[in-house]
Amino acid sequence: MQGRRARQLGIQALLAAALLAALWWLLAVTSANMAERGIRSGFDFLTEPAGFAIGESLLAFESTDSALWALAAGLANTLRVALPAIAASTLLGTLIGLGRLSPNLLLRGLCAAYVETLRNLPLLLQLLAWYFVVTDLLPLGSRALQLAPHVFLSKSGLAMPWLGGESGLLDLPLRGEMNIVGGATLTPEFLALFLGLSLYTAAYVAETVRAGIQAVPRGQSEAALALGLTRVQLFRLVLLPQALRSIVPPLTNQHLSLTKNASLAVAIGYPDLVSVANTTLNQTGRAAECIALIMAVYLILSLITAWLSAWLERRSGRWAERS
Amino acid sequence: MKTFPIAALMFLFCLAPAHAGKTLDQVRQRAQLVCGVSTGVIGFSSADSQGRWNGLDADVCRAIAAAVLNDPAKVKYVPRNAQQRCTALQSGEGDLLSRNTTWTLTRDASLGLHFTAVTYYDGQGFLVPKKLKITSAKQLKNAEICVQSGTTTEKNLGDWFKAQGIKVKPVVFEKFEASIKAFFSGRCQAYTTDASALAFIRSKEAPKPDDYIVLPELISKEPLGPVVRRGDDEWFAIVKWGIFALIEAEEYGITQANVEQMKSGTDPAILRLLGSAEDSGKLLGLERDWAARAIKAVGNYGEMFQRNVGSASPLQLPRGLNALWSKGGLMYAPPVR
Ligand SMILES: N[C@@H](CCC(=O)N[C@@H](CS)C(=O)NCC(=O)O)C(=O)O
Repeated sequence: MQGRRARQLGIQALLAAALLAALWWLLAVTSANMAERGIRSGFDFLTEPAGFAIGESLLAFESTDSALWALAAGLANTLRVALPAIAASTLLGTLIGLGRLSPNLLLRGLCAAYVETLRNLPLLLQLLAWYFVVTDLLPLGSRALQLAPHVFLSKSGLAMPWLGGESGLLDLPLRGEMNIVGGATLTPEFLALFLGLSLYTAAYVAETVRAGIQAVPRGQSEAALALGLTRVQLFRLVLLPQALRSIVPPLTNQHLSLTKNASLAVAIGYPDLVSVANTTLNQTGRAAECIALIMAVYLILSLITAWLSAWLERRSGRWAERS
Repeated sequence: MKTFPIAALMFLFCLAPAHAGKTLDQVRQRAQLVCGVSTGVIGFSSADSQGRWNGLDADVCRAIAAAVLNDPAKVKYVPRNAQQRCTALQSGEGDLLSRNTTWTLTRDASLGLHFTAVTYYDGQGFLVPKKLKITSAKQLKNAEICVQSGTTTEKNLGDWFKAQGIKVKPVVFEKFEASIKAFFSGRCQAYTTDASALAFIRSKEAPKPDDYIVLPELISKEPLGPVVRRGDDEWFAIVKWGIFALIEAEEYGITQANVEQMKSGTDPAILRLLGSAEDSGKLLGLERDWAARAIKAVGNYGEMFQRNVGSASPLQLPRGLNALWSKGGLMYAPPVR
């Protein structure tokens, strides 16, 4: 028994070593080839001024800030759209998933139609459609619609009061010469990306939720109803605790896909990590480095998600045992 | 993920080592010149409804194919968007990139590329809707400006407005189509790129060209020219002198129509250029009539200009900086001698 474990460990160590060696070889050959072709490499560009501006940024950014800070602003923008979209898609997806199990035929049909349509249209197409619908429909910046005092809607986005600004207290959006100036703005790029990602991912979440609930043996529902539990009680006490266990892992997978899909932002002009990294790549010419950075960031996001998922799974397991 | 094509191209670095001095042989062996062009910028490189590539940049490809292969039609045009172009050439894709690409220090000195010569002196400008009543770029305070990524345009925008102390918001698109579509839908108050391309965008892409104007400021220098990979000096020389020959032809009054006659003229400089006297071709590894073939294929530089972007084209761009040095412009070719 012990010998077998040792052998297995040995094989794994060997594999890992081989993988590392292969990686090292690839890196060495690539950098040698690049040097031979007169292509400069290295990560020194990260501390130099970025030189370009970013249209909207959660972090304060100016073109004189470093490229590293530009990438950080890009990552912050990715998270700024991904996290709310994760919340929205989970909520909407759960409702639709439950709708697909509803005894009401019309509701069931509508939810099924939603899932089929949204899942079968390429996401990029949906994003472009949302984006151009949003920008086409809204009024020009110079003729912005006033929804409430200091809340404006136009092709420049949804502008609203925010903390800070020149007075240091409240930054109020005002009509400028050609668009709305000041306040915080949810741009059409952000809105289209948020909407597109949420609606698309909700379809997958719905399927995950439905499958999870259907995986609980039917007999349990029948038994619970026979015992006199109400439908709500059945759901809360019997179905949900068990279903969660099979829902959580694929659900976190969906959340991760959503985060990765957020990189389609470049198509509709939202400055996410990939968009900013692309610009940096083009201004500095450090293609290999920028791509490696993007991959590293997404890898780290994946690992964090996987770890969160495992943690949630353990917790939902415990919850199920308690109830 | 959107970066995948670039990542895939990068992967080629691992496999293909650089091969010096072989491009000419490869082009001959293949009997085809592979030329990177844009995805569609009228006047420079764009495919018509029959799939024929036209424009100043496409004509450079033709001229080089004529000089090297004696047939201007033996070109394979590969469309590249702004972002892919340099990485593609770097990693060994194509013999030449002839695609409104600005000569800058970073590109010339760190990408493993060489700029050959300038075929169009341009500058970055702004296109704005007339109804905004803006007459100068300095009035673009707080404006949203649509721009395509992977261009020098993005950085110039940052530089210039920083210098002016004016804040603007760039809205950056990866694809050219999306960027102009967003602008014409009213998302941005201005669109910025090379002034030559603005002329095309205004006349060909705008719903109503008269509703838009190009602002007078040019905020940068954009010398555009063909690019080759480093490590092949012979090929570098061929492309460079191929362009110089076209400029020199204009200076000597050699045209597509009269090139055959000129071959039996008396001016030694003309005879040298056309290969009727000394053999300039052998210095480049080409046949002696290399330049005559190129001129016959596309005309001299002035003819190329007029046909593609000048007075005989829809763009109607003035010669301006692109006139010959002897006529007040910057076009000056070292002597073919
Ligand atoms: N000259 C500038 C800009 C050239 C450029 O790429 N312009 C864009 C906008 S007009 C373009 O050609 N787009 C067409 C495409 O991506 O195929 C540069 O070299 O960066």
